[in-house]
Amino acid sequence: MRKLTIFLVFVSVFGTISILFAFFPACTKIQNNTRYVESIQIRGSDTIVNLIQAWSENFVKQYPNCNISVTGGGSGTGFASLINKTCDITMSSRKIEKKEKLLADIKGIKPVEFKIGIDGLAVLVNKNNPVSKLTLEQLRDIFMAKITNWKEVGGENKKIVVLSRESNSGTHMFFKERVLRNNDKNSNNEFSMHSLMMSSSQAIYDEVYQNSNALGYVGMGFINNGVKAISVAINNKDGYGYPNLENVMNGKYPISRPLYLYTNGEPYGVVEMFIKYALSDEGQNIVLNTDFAPIKKLKKE
Amino acid sequence: MRKTIDNIMEIIIFVCGMLSVVFVVLIFAFLFKESFTFLKDFGIVRFIIGHFWYPTSEPPSFGIFSLIMGSVLVTTGACLIAVPIGVMTALFISEIAPKGVKDVLKSLVELMAAIPSVVIGFVGMVTIVPIVKNIFNLPTGLTAFSGAMMLAFMAIPTIVTISEDAISSVPWQYKEGALALGATKWQTIRRIVLKAAMPGIIAAIMLGIGRVIGETMAVMMITGNAAHIPHSIFEPVRTMTATIAAEMGETVREGMHYKSLFAIGFVLFVITFMVNFLADLFLGKNKNL
Repeated sequence: MRKLTIFLVFVSVFGTISILFAFFPACTKIQNNTRYVESIQIRGSDTIVNLIQAWSENFVKQYPNCNISVTGGGSGTGFASLINKTCDITMSSRKIEKKEKLLADIKGIKPVEFKIGIDGLAVLVNKNNPVSKLTLEQLRDIFMAKITNWKEVGGENKKIVVLSRESNSGTHMFFKERVLRNNDKNSNNEFSMHSLMMSSSQAIYDEVYQNSNALGYVGMGFINNGVKAISVAINNKDGYGYPNLENVMNGKYPISRPLYLYTNGEPYGVVEMFIKYALSDEGQNIVLNTDFAPIKKLKKE
Repeated sequence: MRKTIDNIMEIIIFVCGMLSVVFVVLIFAFLFKESFTFLKDFGIVRFIIGHFWYPTSEPPSFGIFSLIMGSVLVTTGACLIAVPIGVMTALFISEIAPKGVKDVLKSLVELMAAIPSVVIGFVGMVTIVPIVKNIFNLPTGLTAFSGAMMLAFMAIPTIVTISEDAISSVPWQYKEGALALGATKWQTIRRIVLKAAMPGIIAAIMLGIGRVIGETMAVMMITGNAAHIPHSIFEPVRTMTATIAAEMGETVREGMHYKSLFAIGFVLFVITFMVNFLADLFLGKNKNL
């Protein structure tokens, strides 16, 4: 009998609480506002997750009472959560789109942009692939399935397996705009239907690592000895640039893009401190250490 | 006092029982609400038979025919592998295996059901994918076939456990009758046991299909996700579930893309509903015989 009473009390208390939460979303809203004081939610581009992670680790060392959580998912995901008010800072590898800005306006969100670094996109192939340089036009034809065999670009007689990121990725968007559409706003070029959509840059790296027919694009930070990065030229006459820091900074490597942070309205409190930290010399040195190019010339340490 | 407790418990049990009905209705209503305006604006026919899935282009194109074909191909492939193996395993466990083997086998099969799908996906990505690529000499191992193999692996426990229950509940008199009439063991199994257990086995297969068609994580990791219409099982495909999972995070609420993903969910729901409905029809017919 006592057990039953306890059970009933438990059920009714639990039920009341859940009903309260269901009917008074205001409760959760209050929590949201206090969150801005000491904890920051950062979401967005997979490409710069490592950079932001490095920043937050160092930032938290200086301000131990604040709490930063960093999640990837793609720039699109980041903007979606900025608009849905589920994050404080969006990290993005592209500018906010018109469509997103419009939706933000409707929901009363004012995205403010900060440029934090520059990234080169590397085109990776398997180590055993003889091809080591391509022009932008060849790349465009490959990703639009006009070139489907490696022998057409000087390789073996094998089918090209084209790897792309999912459409929620800023890397996907940027590659489409820079390579497929050649920065032409009126172009409607799209990735071919036959390209495999991979859910992360790591997945692209893994497939390129084990498949000698594969070709995919990732952030420059992913280049290492396991795979081969392709040197790219704008056209045959120009020199081919290998994706490294120097070539990205002096513009010799054509596929590079700025990286951004976005906040809702002018930042204040911890968010402002974090962004100041990111743009400081110390922050920009971390940019350099995570294989991206800083936005300003740094004094040699 | 005893009477009151009795009444209260009855009400609690009634409420819990009704909850599942309420949940199903609510989920259906929610899916319908989110996708209705999209289907009306974009056109349901264009949505289902459209060949191009470019949700983020300008203007976007929401054609899910290739996604439906992807789901169908992977599911059929998985069933072709899982059904024979599953039913035979069930037969072996309940009819042929000696007691000791039977117990071990049964608990191992149940253990198989407990493997999380991400783990299956990951293991498939590093083992099956390169093997499939090398054996069939394909450009890539990220194909519908690799996905079907891993999904079959996930459907087998469901099929085995439920058909094993059905097979062991065939009355022993039937079997002994057949054996007494001079039928061999195989004849008994084929003509008597399988026939008597058929409704249960079909239910098992349907539940297996349900598990396969709704599976997301493993498919997303293994099948390559190319949204084109596949011509063979050795090509990459993109399934409906993987599309929803991969793209849901990026969409803005109330946007066209967001709603289109709900519409895919709606189509998926209708398909699984039809599969269950057909299974029920079939089971009902079988009972009348």
